[in-house]
Amino acid sequence: MELRSNPEVLCVVRSALSRLAELLGLSDSDCHLVILAVDEALTNIIRHAYRGQRERYIEATFRLLQAASKGSSQTSLEIVLLDDGAPVDLEKLRPRPLQELPIEALRPGGLGLYFIRKNMDKVEFRRRDGRNQLRLLKVLPPAESHQAS
Amino acid sequence: MQIAIRKLDQITIVDVSGDIDLSNSPELRKVILHEFRELRIPRVVLNLSGVRYIDSSGVASLLEGLKASRDLKSRFMMYGLNAKVTQVLQLSKLLTFFEIFENEEQALKP
Repeated sequence: MELRSNPEVLCVVRSALSRLAELLGLSDSDCHLVILAVDEALTNIIRHAYRGQRERYIEATFRLLQAASKGSSQTSLEIVLLDDGAPVDLEKLRPRPLQELPIEALRPGGLGLYFIRKNMDKVEFRRRDGRNQLRLLKVLPPAESHQAS
Repeated sequence: MQIAIRKLDQITIVDVSGDIDLSNSPELRKVILHEFRELRIPRVVLNLSGVRYIDSSGVASLLEGLKASRDLKSRFMMYGLNAKVTQVLQLSKLLTFFEIFENEEQALKP
């Protein structure tokens, strides 16, 4: 899926991902958590990598991965987001919930990254060939079979 | 996201519907802060019963509203949270900071 870095695309991606997650057998709650994680990842790209520019390029890839685990097969949904924006300073994007400070001192920065890490089973970030690549993995519940993405 | 405002004595009710995300959370923030800081409304009640989705930028807008209400010794209340909105506030560890009610009648009680 090729996207532009316009916040208006977020609802389109949520809608598409909602249908996919439903087909893959995720519960309503897990479906919401995956959508939230991807939405926050795209938001971070728009805000931090592209600093609010609206016509830059984002590539989103969704696929199913099969892996053998303890004698049985495990299926995961892999989501890869690519952008060619500024390198992301992970130190500045420290994930954290908000309760650790009194209300007056709370700052919401880092909350989106916290949602991403909390909601996904694996989160990997790398910078390669001048592009940012974020790889998210969600292990799917056991099922007879999964439809290809 | 759509926003409508109702006035009731010294209370402002902000009816919000749709999805709250990066594309529109600044608008929500602006509306809430206007009620507190410019109009000095002592009680602002957010009706979220029409909200299907909220992300961290929406949570940040709510947090700004909460801080403004604390600064001005006003009250910032909300009702009608669906399971997804509640889940996001729980994840944020912010649920206990807000005055949350089941419905409008409870939120409007003195």
